[in-house]
Amino acid sequence: MVALAPTAGPPSAPWREPSALPGFSLAFGFTLFYLGLMVVLPLAALAAKPWEHGVAGFFEVVTAPRTLAALRLSFLAAAAAAAANVALGLLTAWVLSRYDFPGRRIADALVDLPFALPTAVAGIALAALYGPNGWIGEALAHLGVKVAYTPLGVFVALLAVGLPFVVRTLQPVLEDLDAAWEEAAVTLGAGRWTIFARIIAPVLAPALIAGFALAFARGAGEYGSVIFIAGNMPMVSEIAPLVIVTKLEGYDYAGAAAVGVAMVVISMVALAVTNGAQIALARRTRR
Amino acid sequence: MIAGAVRRPLSGPGPWLLAAGALAWLALVIGAPLAVVFAQAVAKGVGPFLDAFKDPDCQAAIRLTLLVAAIAVPLNAAFGLAAAWSIARFEFRGRAFLLTLIDLPLSLSPVISGLVWVLLFGSRGWFGPELDAAGIKIVFALPGLVLGTILVTVPLVARQLIPLMIEQGADEELAAVTLGSGGWTMLRKVTLPNVRYALLHGVLLTNARAMGEFGAVSVLSGHIRGLTETLPLHVEAVYNDYDFVGAFAAASLLAGLAIVTLIAKAALERTAMARTAS
Repeated sequence: MVALAPTAGPPSAPWREPSALPGFSLAFGFTLFYLGLMVVLPLAALAAKPWEHGVAGFFEVVTAPRTLAALRLSFLAAAAAAAANVALGLLTAWVLSRYDFPGRRIADALVDLPFALPTAVAGIALAALYGPNGWIGEALAHLGVKVAYTPLGVFVALLAVGLPFVVRTLQPVLEDLDAAWEEAAVTLGAGRWTIFARIIAPVLAPALIAGFALAFARGAGEYGSVIFIAGNMPMVSEIAPLVIVTKLEGYDYAGAAAVGVAMVVISMVALAVTNGAQIALARRTRR
Repeated sequence: MIAGAVRRPLSGPGPWLLAAGALAWLALVIGAPLAVVFAQAVAKGVGPFLDAFKDPDCQAAIRLTLLVAAIAVPLNAAFGLAAAWSIARFEFRGRAFLLTLIDLPLSLSPVISGLVWVLLFGSRGWFGPELDAAGIKIVFALPGLVLGTILVTVPLVARQLIPLMIEQGADEELAAVTLGSGGWTMLRKVTLPNVRYALLHGVLLTNARAMGEFGAVSVLSGHIRGLTETLPLHVEAVYNDYDFVGAFAAASLLAGLAIVTLIAKAALERTAMARTAS
């Protein structure tokens, strides 16, 4: 889809295709300048800072028991919440794209709320809901389940954070799924479960992995909606971003940057794994 | 058109159960937190709810939030247009890399998006001593809040524009240029009208994120009441003072903003779809 226009003379630069459209230098120059200033420079500072006390200094911060516990909690709670969202997000996306019922449009619009609702608002709302006197917290207390101020609270907060990512990744795939395939399967005598397992699940699998990855990445870095409900006890319910905040408050820039770099590296490895899974899956389906 | 699945009315116990399950899940995870914000805000009556907004710190926080968004949103919108024009209209080496770079901030923790500016401009940061000597304050002041907000929302407009502009193709713009239109005239008369819904959508999302940003600005604000606290930070401060009505009243304002954003977004999508259908 390259819009090539007839041009006279040699191309303007060897690294780009000639075009009759104006404004490349200005737009591209501004894009590079803005990205350089707003994204590359700050990230360079993040990458450079942790090594102030050498490689050993970096590992000392990252492998400190309190840092490790926080990293473990952030990434495990994010993975658990993303997994729960894959199941319940699939249910939600399925109902929203397959059935028509009164209130469907409102329910569909509500899915996006975690994108738009400020995290601090979600945070205090969850703390009020799941606190000892909250609507849900009180009921759960009778069952002996404590959510607020425990690691379980982190998981609960991340459920809302990840939901829209999973639902919005699945919905277009479910809506584009050719009804003819399912009809053909019915004609050939397939039952509902066979249709789901043999036709729908393979098509959905890449989107499920993509949704999981998005929800996981977002959940691992989440701060605002977690800190009010988590109780923030070191070694127990303290998340990794909070460790960064605490170190910054003590003017330990190198330590804060070390935890930040660790978070970015773990996220990138997780992303590479999910990308690899998607590619492997696509290859198998094609065969 | 793709022969997509058709939505059927609920019939039989299976679909009813599925729909009930999905709606219960949405009500629990999204509906209940939203409802509790408004319920807590008016828990002691309408009077105390309204009084919360008479607090000068709350008013200062509202003004600061509007100011930060008024600076960050237009800058990111201009960037989104420039990036989309470069990427969707020209073929050059490194295009894919540029796209990855634009998306990168989305996978950062908001706290890291604040931290990086402290590393650059904080009192012990790269440029800290020079800034101190020159008497310029970035961290714990308005510029820092703006920078943190920009980093968190950089990709949002660009991501709305790029796929749409690639899909639309350059034919109309090439025609305008061939007919002798200048670059700015083409932008004003062809490009902007063609992408206006996507642009507005991106601006809406950027604005909602900018006004509600917490993690990044929390690191950069210094938490000086009435001076460097945006509305979400004010919510936290008042909540930690056990002034729950004040906290939830301010939070209800932000929740209202989120609801208005979603309604506007749905209306935009419907208008855009009606335009493409006709």
